[in-house]
Amino acid sequence: MSDLQTLQKQLNYDKTFDCVQCGYCLPACPTYETMERETHSPRGRINLVKMVAEGKATLSDLEEPIEKCLGCMACTTVCPTNVEYGTILEGAKETIENNRVKTKRQKKIEDFLFGTFFPSSTWMNRLGKATWLYQATGLQKAAQTLKLTTIAPLHLDKFEKILPPQPSPGERKSRKRHVYPDQPPVAKAIFFTGCIMDSAFFHINEQTIELLRRSGVEVIIPEEQTCCGALHAHSGKVATSKELAMKNIEACERENVDYIVNNAGGCGARLVEYDHLFAEGSDWHTRALAFTEKVRDISEVLVEIDGLHFTKPVTKTVTYQPSCHMTNVQKVTTPPRRLMEKIPGLRVQGMTNPDFCCGSAGIYNIVNYEDSMVILDRKMEDVTETAPDAIVTTNPGCLLQMKLGIERERKQKRMKAVHLVELMMEAKPQPKR
Amino acid sequence: MTVEDKEWVKELKVFIPEKQIMTGYADLVSYSFDGSFGEYMPEAIVQVKTKGEVVHVMKVANRFLVPVTPRGQGTCLSGGPLPVKGGIVLDMSQWPETIDIIPDDLIAIVSPSALAADINKAAEAHGLMYPPDPSSAHVGTIGGNLAENSGGPRGLKYGVTKDYVIGLEFVTPEGEVIKTGGRTIKNVTGYDLTKLIIGSEGTLGVITKATLKLVPKPKAVRTLMAVFDDVENAGRAISKTLTSGILPSKMEFMDQACCIAVENYQPSGLPTDAAAVLIIELDGHPAALAEEASDIEHIMKELGAKKIIVPQNEEEANRIWHARKQVSPATAQIKPTKVSEDATVPRSQIAPMIERLQQIKEKYQVELVVFGHIGDGNLHPNILCDKRNNEEMGRVEEAVAELFETAIDLGGTLSGEHGIGTMKAPFMERELGAAGLDMMKRIKESWDPNNIMNPNKIFPEKGQKLVLRNE
Repeated sequence: MSDLQTLQKQLNYDKTFDCVQCGYCLPACPTYETMERETHSPRGRINLVKMVAEGKATLSDLEEPIEKCLGCMACTTVCPTNVEYGTILEGAKETIENNRVKTKRQKKIEDFLFGTFFPSSTWMNRLGKATWLYQATGLQKAAQTLKLTTIAPLHLDKFEKILPPQPSPGERKSRKRHVYPDQPPVAKAIFFTGCIMDSAFFHINEQTIELLRRSGVEVIIPEEQTCCGALHAHSGKVATSKELAMKNIEACERENVDYIVNNAGGCGARLVEYDHLFAEGSDWHTRALAFTEKVRDISEVLVEIDGLHFTKPVTKTVTYQPSCHMTNVQKVTTPPRRLMEKIPGLRVQGMTNPDFCCGSAGIYNIVNYEDSMVILDRKMEDVTETAPDAIVTTNPGCLLQMKLGIERERKQKRMKAVHLVELMMEAKPQPKR
Repeated sequence: MTVEDKEWVKELKVFIPEKQIMTGYADLVSYSFDGSFGEYMPEAIVQVKTKGEVVHVMKVANRFLVPVTPRGQGTCLSGGPLPVKGGIVLDMSQWPETIDIIPDDLIAIVSPSALAADINKAAEAHGLMYPPDPSSAHVGTIGGNLAENSGGPRGLKYGVTKDYVIGLEFVTPEGEVIKTGGRTIKNVTGYDLTKLIIGSEGTLGVITKATLKLVPKPKAVRTLMAVFDDVENAGRAISKTLTSGILPSKMEFMDQACCIAVENYQPSGLPTDAAAVLIIELDGHPAALAEEASDIEHIMKELGAKKIIVPQNEEEANRIWHARKQVSPATAQIKPTKVSEDATVPRSQIAPMIERLQQIKEKYQVELVVFGHIGDGNLHPNILCDKRNNEEMGRVEEAVAELFETAIDLGGTLSGEHGIGTMKAPFMERELGAAGLDMMKRIKESWDPNNIMNPNKIFPEKGQKLVLRNE
């Protein structure tokens, strides 16, 4: 194969032909909206990938537009010809990543970050209270040495401020790995903890398990589970991402369950697409399909099982900021709204343009801080219009970002950002049966 | 010398904020295409946000003889925003959107960047409607709609963009600001420059403001679907409907190939064994609609419709329109490249045109599907092909050429709503005659003496032929 043919394969050149350049993706793209140029639109990016694959542009021309993509996938929901933008984006990231010239030190940091840090529950637990700080510092170093940003400071102090208090290491350690409902179980589920959720939002994970339990679900939390691999894939490390997928599939195969439940929109989006990582017809593909069939967001399971009633009115106005990956990849849009409707006293005020990304997008808000804040400020305009007591989210990245948005607007006294799970727990759910 | 060093770029920067001027390679590539064919690299992209900025760009460009190609959101299907001669792409899409509805005058005054869908939405808040509804209304700018004189399904009853423009503010290629028309419905003061500018594809200047006419919003809509075994009967049913005192707002057509493609792609309840499917929409007062719908049902039956579907509620009606919407993605599955045409014929010639299209399909062995706004004779023959296959593209070129000639032979026109651009330019003389085309050219020369305004559009270069191949 010639170099160009190899490049075409890596860049999924064939898939770029699905784009008829109609431009219908433009109004859906947050970065086209805030950066105001076609270069930072889905159509522009796809065209650039095509041009690089044809030798008419270079990988370095492609680098910035690809790096500045949030990966929110809003374009895929409006695309009339079903362009596989996610595949094109990941291919472009991987190709750029593989062609980047790296120093030994950069490689070492990266290996640690993506090879050891994110996938390791040991690390996540050991770091305990300081998790986020370490993580952030690690990211800072990596981002700087990788020149992911233009040597801009990473504003990590802003993120630290908004983190909830962490549980003691003892609390983490005492988590039960197998939880039974009070009545005979109506279903059996594996709970997928997620790295960021389990480190920064441990209490929400505990609440999620409790919600499942009260709904009548027997919950298993396999120790062998690892990072979903989303952040790796978004950073062009597809091979590692695939290894992680295999580990998770193996870990979940050991138990015969009805559901594999998660509470992070971004992780869920990765989990439901595990089958895309393997060649059709292969053994792993079959195993991945068996896995993906069971993957559910917590809201889906709670609606499906319908085992809770809320006993305490929550007299608040809330607005719902859907996770992009939940909407555009998992295609889960109504269950969270259904659940909120069931909470007595709650007033849900819809915002303009809810499907506009909040700018969190994995670690985008850390590596592209300035761009992310422009997007966040736009989002906060729509949020503020609804004058909510709380913004409800379904993903840790969005949750942190909304907390940051509230800080930026100096509305900490009037407004809170919560995970849907927290909101439900506030309404004191009890088993129906 | 880099572009940045060029005198005209320096001159632009005197008045235009630097971040509104792009010369980076990735940016240039990103403004080298639109929704049609071909890639042409500009030298710079200039984003304008005020009339003053447009004036400055035009004055500089006219002085340094730099071509200027105005561009909205680049959804054009005929190559209007392609910078064929390089120079400046004038990006109008970032101009702050303003839509002023003046309900008492039934008009809207809008910025060139306003979206047709937004204008209609703003009008609806006052019980009014902006009727032109190109399928890209939620993406494309009104400036682009005006330049290309866009149509849409509602053209049958309501006409096209030009029928709703009563005044313009406009910057000439020499950088002068002129106003045409006004805000009254009746206006016969001097030449109708408004109509000349609408549909001139950005070759005469830059529209910076438009005054649009609005109409009262109909109270209700009704949808019907009729299935025919042959196209001729469907054509007769259309004529009969239109001569029975009923004017539907939309009459859409899908051929068998379209229906099969949709059903293969996403089963939507379309018949795959019928030659023609008609989807009809009526709008007006609910009481009138009930009667008209029943009249149409009779007409369709009388003229041999083998099946008529009358949705009982909005959801069922939406399902029918959803199926129609699937045509685009469904046919895209056949082959990756789509050559979308909009040749239009007199209504009496619809059946012969469709017959000739079938012959073209067989003669050149191309994947051709036909759908479109049949009530006004505006068909969309689409050829699905693969740009990477040179031999196939050669056949497609021949098929498209014959398709254009057929439309003209049947008393029709090259373009009903997409515009001429570059692709159809070689056929202009055939439709207009040498003297007709020359008159247009003389108008162009008097408006744009230095030929800097979107050059190489509409008018063919000597010996220019239709080209769909890259090499």
